[in-house]
Amino acid sequence: MMLGLTAGRFGTRFLGRRVMALVTPSSATMASHGHGHADVSEIADMSKPMYCDRMDTPLPDRAYKDELNAADKTLKEKEKGPWNQLTKEEKIALYRLMFRKTYPEMKQKTDEWKTVMGGIFIFLGLTGLLVWWQSIYVYPAQPRTFDSEWQAKQIQRMLDMRVNPVEGLASKWDYEKGQWK
Amino acid sequence: MSLPKPVMRGLLGRRLRFHLPIAFALSIVAGAALKGYTVTEPRKQAYADFYKQYDAVKEFNAMREAGIFESVRPSGE
Repeated sequence: MMLGLTAGRFGTRFLGRRVMALVTPSSATMASHGHGHADVSEIADMSKPMYCDRMDTPLPDRAYKDELNAADKTLKEKEKGPWNQLTKEEKIALYRLMFRKTYPEMKQKTDEWKTVMGGIFIFLGLTGLLVWWQSIYVYPAQPRTFDSEWQAKQIQRMLDMRVNPVEGLASKWDYEKGQWK
Repeated sequence: MSLPKPVMRGLLGRRLRFHLPIAFALSIVAGAALKGYTVTEPRKQAYADFYKQYDAVKEFNAMREAGIFESVRPSGE
């Protein structure tokens, strides 16, 4: 949800300031300080009730628009009376004062999954390269028990011992013919 | 502006009444299948068939010749 907040509400301006602070030398950061002050007013006060567009929260903690202009205020006064005197447009306007998105708008599918899957595959690929490098330069020598001759002798010994003769290994070996069944 | 009022109550109860019998039925079917067809009966049969033709002495001698025992060496030595 935090990701949704930064991306949706404060978007590029917030991120832009962060990126600038990382990339540019300190004098430029000082110069952009005026810009930073303008940003501060955009940041939400998290100690107060907040609005959210969530499918599982039909009634958020506060209405969407809390700074009403004169027209909105008269509409809100009219809302206090009988509702069948409101026109369709007024009802929609009241809805839009209360809420930012309708449920169908909230449910609209996005292409976010493509970004997510792309990121997953990129990181899996990078990890794969790392693991490959590691297997060449970091791993110690293989124990002798991994050699194919050793493994063959091991299986022969297991067959001699009749390991799991009912349903397992030795049951798959034909002892008369000396081969796998 | 004249949509029918949607059902507001009893939603969990309705879901349970629908899904629980199905869940129980499927579990019982899975259990019966596991017991009768896939795991227990075939395994019992495999063991029965194995021991029908099992000659313990013959197997012991074969194992002895292969040289895996420490208490009895192959008859050649």
